[in-house]
Amino acid sequence: MTTVIEQQQTAAPVPMRTAAAETTVRRRQLDDAFPAVVAEHVTKRFIVGRKRKSVLAVSDVSLRIRRGEIYGVLGANGSGKSTLIRLMSTLLTLDAGRVEVFGHDIVREEMAVKQVINRVSVDAAFFKKLSPHENLIYAARLYGLDARVARAEAIRILARLGIGEKRLGRPLEQMSRGMQQKVAIARALLTSPALLLLDEPTTGLDPRSKLDVQAFIEELRDTHDSTIVLTTHDLDEAERLCDRIAVLNDGAVVVEDTPEGLKAMVAERHGAAPTMESVFMTFTGRSLDDDTNADESDSDDD
Amino acid sequence: MTLMARELKASYAFVERNFHLTKRYWGWEVAWLVYSVAGALAISLIGRSEGSNRLLLVLVIGAIFWNFLSLVFEFIAETVQWERWEGTLEYTLMAPVRRYAQLLGSAVYAIVYGLIHTAVVLGVLALFFQLDLSHANFATVLTFIGLGSMSFIGIGIAAAVLPLMYVERGAQMVFVIQSVLLLVSGVYYPITVLPGWMQVIAHVSPATYVIDGVRRGVIEGTPISQLVGDIWPLVLMGIILIPLGMWTFGRAERYAKRTGKLKRVG
Repeated sequence: MTTVIEQQQTAAPVPMRTAAAETTVRRRQLDDAFPAVVAEHVTKRFIVGRKRKSVLAVSDVSLRIRRGEIYGVLGANGSGKSTLIRLMSTLLTLDAGRVEVFGHDIVREEMAVKQVINRVSVDAAFFKKLSPHENLIYAARLYGLDARVARAEAIRILARLGIGEKRLGRPLEQMSRGMQQKVAIARALLTSPALLLLDEPTTGLDPRSKLDVQAFIEELRDTHDSTIVLTTHDLDEAERLCDRIAVLNDGAVVVEDTPEGLKAMVAERHGAAPTMESVFMTFTGRSLDDDTNADESDSDDD
Repeated sequence: MTLMARELKASYAFVERNFHLTKRYWGWEVAWLVYSVAGALAISLIGRSEGSNRLLLVLVIGAIFWNFLSLVFEFIAETVQWERWEGTLEYTLMAPVRRYAQLLGSAVYAIVYGLIHTAVVLGVLALFFQLDLSHANFATVLTFIGLGSMSFIGIGIAAAVLPLMYVERGAQMVFVIQSVLLLVSGVYYPITVLPGWMQVIAHVSPATYVIDGVRRGVIEGTPISQLVGDIWPLVLMGIILIPLGMWTFGRAERYAKRTGKLKRVG
């Protein structure tokens, strides 16, 4: 897997099939010298409840995400996954530490960061009365894309995800949750983000939709030159899709490696079965079914 | 693409999106229009019952132009609340769009929407009461609508921070501001009937000057040149309130990002 990543880093950029021309130019301008994401000692606290209790959502996290890889963030509910994604998305401010996206500091160069990222959240955030077409054109204009180019591109992406052109005109509220999530992914891809943040994109989907979305992420890995950060609490999904995985527990990264590396680590060092479940149990001391009871509902929805 | 062209394109995104939302919620639009017409008629009929044509015109103008100003205010002040309700607030604030471009788009749509809505109400009331508008000075009316819009955009932007900062009570606070403006601005009565402390508030409400200016333009045909006393406070308020609103919004956005308040929906 490492070899593939290194090849992606050193090879000429893969032609972008989903990009509008100007976005392509913008992407080409990203300096290859920088990793996709560098996070150093990132910390985020929230004050919650009437007693104004301080909750540590992300604790001294340092990450280095390479270009072109799918980087998984695995953790139970409330472990800080979504907070970490929101920090990278400029939707939260840092309490301590720093984050760079393709060499752009997310505090000092917020607009430059916004231009190269997009995010798919666990809940497909749309104007539900509007059609997919209306929502996608809105998104395209926000990112400075030509509406006609965006429409053609949206049709192509949605067709790949199994949504026909005739569905584009109906309100999103008439679509299933799975279809809405596919439209959300199409919307994110429309802007050709150099960094795609997928925050539990398959949570709550029916098995068929989940497989469709996972297959599409795999296809992205093979055909698209985006870097993807994927948060999930689905062990199989993390193993299947991610080049490297960081396990997050109580806001801190407790281990990071390739799926194979993690499994080998628990087998060799801890004598546990070489499975992702063992990895998770070993490094967090609990199963994924154990929701943290931290009352940080304000800080994290993962 | 130049920065200006890109920002204008982003502004247009909000105009187009709001148009699509209006179209999709057409049933509610009809309902609000009927409610606005019924409300304006009900208030104006008080003037007819008193047998005073001047009182009738005072009430008609108050009802119609307060309708316009409150629509502009609501559209902008509820921008955040609307997106929070739809669950799109984070998506919009994550986009590479400067806040002034977003608020410009919202403001342009609010004014166009408000003008169309108000024109319909005015048309119905004019037919219903057979209003004689032959003496009206429409240049004065348009000037006050334009200047009043600027001030209300500024207040609306500042008020929009309330739903950003107070997730559950913000929309209620916006409603309270709107109610206070209605009470003190002489929409249906002269501000001289208000207690002294309320008259002080009335003098810092742009609606006071807009309604007064429009009344004088419609009823007496007064030209703009004779209404400087109403115009300069509006110009001053527009110059102060829009940048102040933008600054306040920026501060509130930072606060929401620090405290995690962008996330909440519903």
